[in-house]
Amino acid sequence: MERVKQLKLNLTEEEVEHLRLELGREPNDLELAMVDAEWSEHCSYKSSKPLLKLLPTQGRYVILGPGYDAGVVDVGDGYILTAHIESHNHPSAIDPYGGAATGVGGILRDILCVGTRPIALLDVLRFGSILTSSHSRWLFKHVVRGISDYGNCVGVPTVGGEVEFDESFERNCLVDVVCFGVGKRSDLVLAEARYPGDSIILVGGLTGRDGLHGSSFASAVLTEESEQERSAVQIPDPFAEKMIIEATLEAIATGRVRGLKDLGGGGLSCGLSEIAAKGGTGVEVDLTKVPLREEDMHPIEIMISESQERMLFVVESGYEEEVTKIFRKYGVRYSIIGKVTDDKYVTIKKGETVLTRIRADLLANAPIIYRNAKKPAYIEELKKVPKPDEPRDLAKTLIQLISLPNIASKQWVYEQYDHEVGINTVFKPGQTGAAVLRLPNGRFIAIRADGNSKHCYLDPYNGAAGVFAEACRNVLAVGTEPIAMLDHLQFGDPSNPEVFWTFSESVKGIADYAKNLNIPCIGGKVSFYNEDKVSGKAIKPTPVIAVIGLAESFDVLTKCYFDAGTRILIVGETRPELGGSEYYEGIHGLVGGVVPQVDFDYEKRLHKCMLKIINLRLAKAIEDISKGGLAAALAEACIKSSVGMVIDLKKVPNTCERVDEILFAETHGRFIIGADRYNEERIKEICASFNIACETIGEVRGDELAFEIGAKKVEVRVEELENAWGSTIPKLMGDEI
Amino acid sequence: MRIAVIVFPGSNCDRDVHHVLTNVLGVEADLVWHADGSLKGYDGVILPGGFSYGDYLRAGVIAAFSPIMREVRKMAEEGKPVLGICNGFQVLVESGLLPGALMRNVGLKFVCKWVNLRVENNETLFTRRYVKGQVLRMPIAHNEGRYYIDPEGLKELKEHNQIVFRYTEPDGTLSERSNPNGSLEAIAGVCNRRGNVLGLMPHPERASEAILSPYETIDGLEIFKSMLDLGG
Repeated sequence: MERVKQLKLNLTEEEVEHLRLELGREPNDLELAMVDAEWSEHCSYKSSKPLLKLLPTQGRYVILGPGYDAGVVDVGDGYILTAHIESHNHPSAIDPYGGAATGVGGILRDILCVGTRPIALLDVLRFGSILTSSHSRWLFKHVVRGISDYGNCVGVPTVGGEVEFDESFERNCLVDVVCFGVGKRSDLVLAEARYPGDSIILVGGLTGRDGLHGSSFASAVLTEESEQERSAVQIPDPFAEKMIIEATLEAIATGRVRGLKDLGGGGLSCGLSEIAAKGGTGVEVDLTKVPLREEDMHPIEIMISESQERMLFVVESGYEEEVTKIFRKYGVRYSIIGKVTDDKYVTIKKGETVLTRIRADLLANAPIIYRNAKKPAYIEELKKVPKPDEPRDLAKTLIQLISLPNIASKQWVYEQYDHEVGINTVFKPGQTGAAVLRLPNGRFIAIRADGNSKHCYLDPYNGAAGVFAEACRNVLAVGTEPIAMLDHLQFGDPSNPEVFWTFSESVKGIADYAKNLNIPCIGGKVSFYNEDKVSGKAIKPTPVIAVIGLAESFDVLTKCYFDAGTRILIVGETRPELGGSEYYEGIHGLVGGVVPQVDFDYEKRLHKCMLKIINLRLAKAIEDISKGGLAAALAEACIKSSVGMVIDLKKVPNTCERVDEILFAETHGRFIIGADRYNEERIKEICASFNIACETIGEVRGDELAFEIGAKKVEVRVEELENAWGSTIPKLMGDEI
Repeated sequence: MRIAVIVFPGSNCDRDVHHVLTNVLGVEADLVWHADGSLKGYDGVILPGGFSYGDYLRAGVIAAFSPIMREVRKMAEEGKPVLGICNGFQVLVESGLLPGALMRNVGLKFVCKWVNLRVENNETLFTRRYVKGQVLRMPIAHNEGRYYIDPEGLKELKEHNQIVFRYTEPDGTLSERSNPNGSLEAIAGVCNRRGNVLGLMPHPERASEAILSPYETIDGLEIFKSMLDLGG
């Protein structure tokens, strides 16, 4: 263990013992360092694997589920859609610009690795309060700039995302990115080295000292010294990445690339052991062939460096020249560093000297850790907090609510992202909740990622299932059917039983939703240790769910655009579920209450019902109801369409006792539909046939959002709503409006 | 009519422009790698958007020295249409084929959004299908799009009717709000004196199919049709 400490590794005593037993000898320093990188939580999923097995991974559209660089679904006509989700939380907390940018770079290569061209990015960001913390504003500003500079330069559109602010992210911001790719099924490549004799070619940037111990760094809590760990954050170079993307796609077209692996977490060490373990082969590599940024690098540093913009190519023996001339065309550096063997060992040499020879499957499979779970005491206590007083001036409250940073317009963010490049973005950020892109075969996908740390903190099971439900609602609202999902599970230190309980509950919630709704998981990521020693606090549990929706044709796509005379209907019942709501937390400063519950049977009926309404083209506009409740959804609908609405709150199907509950509850399973008068009854009939509540609650009229509550009226001019909603973030970030 | 779309290392709108030419308009167009030399046999050339050479040093400045630019210059001198979009505009300015300079946006941030453009000159090879004063909708996406030229140069631009597009309100009026990057006199596109070389920051290829436009418009397509001298 002394050597483990000297080498600054995170391996536990049990893990070193396991390694010793398997090897039948003392591991040398290089082996310890390689195993440390590979067995880090980040690379190995050693704490989460047993629970992740609960997630269904098979389905009608699934070609490749979790376990590879990207999930793959069949979108018809020989085309595949690939998707992956990642985070770069720790690096972004220390170097927001570089951390966020390299996060984008990493995930693009994951998509590229399966032989597909990246076509879209979603960025899902979480920071502390930008109302009170200049540190959080600083992180927010530079994370967005990092994503903008990188994504824009490589020419992959950032078509959407989500931003949430909560004090629990003050020191641990979450920077998640989801990437999608499109290609032909016949070009699919896997991260495998199947054929002994094939050449292993390292392509891309030089291997340097940046990103040393990145995976291990991501698998430990942040400390005050973390500020000095900037060398663990890689240096972004989007231009180099762009050249790698083009060179890789051209190389794949030769048909001679038989395996591809992005070098991310764990560097060469992880990349080599994974392609060998997955392919059932071995690899032999000479470190003197690795192009280095600094001359005097130690073999350990070379093996675990996480320098960016590097890929491992496995190329059919005899065709190296055909492939490498493409790298030369693009000015991309490459070096043939070794070959695939049939001995199932990873052999690392320096010239003729063998530095290590270690079984690939031993490296690639960390011993599982079974963690203890304990329900935290706060869960039951916070359910019982007393309700706040009802505000006297609900019009004022509505303006306050839509000015909350979590609800306010994110135009300040998405305007910095090129969301049009590639000319596939049909529904753009700001128009609809989910982005819609066209596919080369004439079909359309909708993509959306959601999270809700406030719900998940109070009730991780319903919170996580609810996040899934919300992402589904978003893709349904644009007229597509949810066909697959990805999850990103972000929590504190898993050795804390209370943290692990929230993880366990979240996974169960997601798995139950996936099974019931028959939406398979095609990929995911787990990020633990999102806590810091300074405050001793973990982040609120934050599962992020990305859902892919598919539509056969353009005709069924539905915008969130309500024009004059349109009748407004609500689908679903409103219940007094305000725990973790923006209304409780943002307006009343109240943490607690009962969070919206997820009823799987209802959700099943709801999806079928909405798809029927969509396919019969009965809805002119659809919007889902989520953060901020009915009031926020209607306000946003008015703002986006530049229209007023008159709404009779008494018509809203509900079980609430108070008006503020009807307005601001975040009950799941609800939509607002805009329809022509002659389609109203048909929509209600369809809902009734699925036993789902549906009522006409008003119509598009005037230039105010007006709620009638019996004889009382709450009215706000749409212009005023728009000013409040649109100006919050630019003002906080010091921009003119 | 055969059009060359130049691909510099880091171009990223090359395939988009190529798609519009071949799939939307059905004309012959090739992606020409910048190192592959000749533009013989082409009737027009487009320098697409992107980040040529990663925008290192300054946007467009390295690509301006690419050998292919000698060929582009030759085509310009022969009076053939040369169109530079976004980064392509930056390259044309850096190579001296168009006057002025493009600087960091006034907000110091990348800006991607749909804007309104007023047609100031409909006598170029690219704007013949527009009416003067017509307001077009197209998206912009750039970090360095603030057009600048010295007072003497501006005078000359005006004398020779070289200002082709200005950013305006939807009704065609000028305002500070509608100028997204702080360009001098809201200039969004300029041409050479002969009217066969045009550079603009907005992306006409992103506004050439109704499905991609929030307004279901195809205002950008007319630039390509005009350039190709397509009837109808």
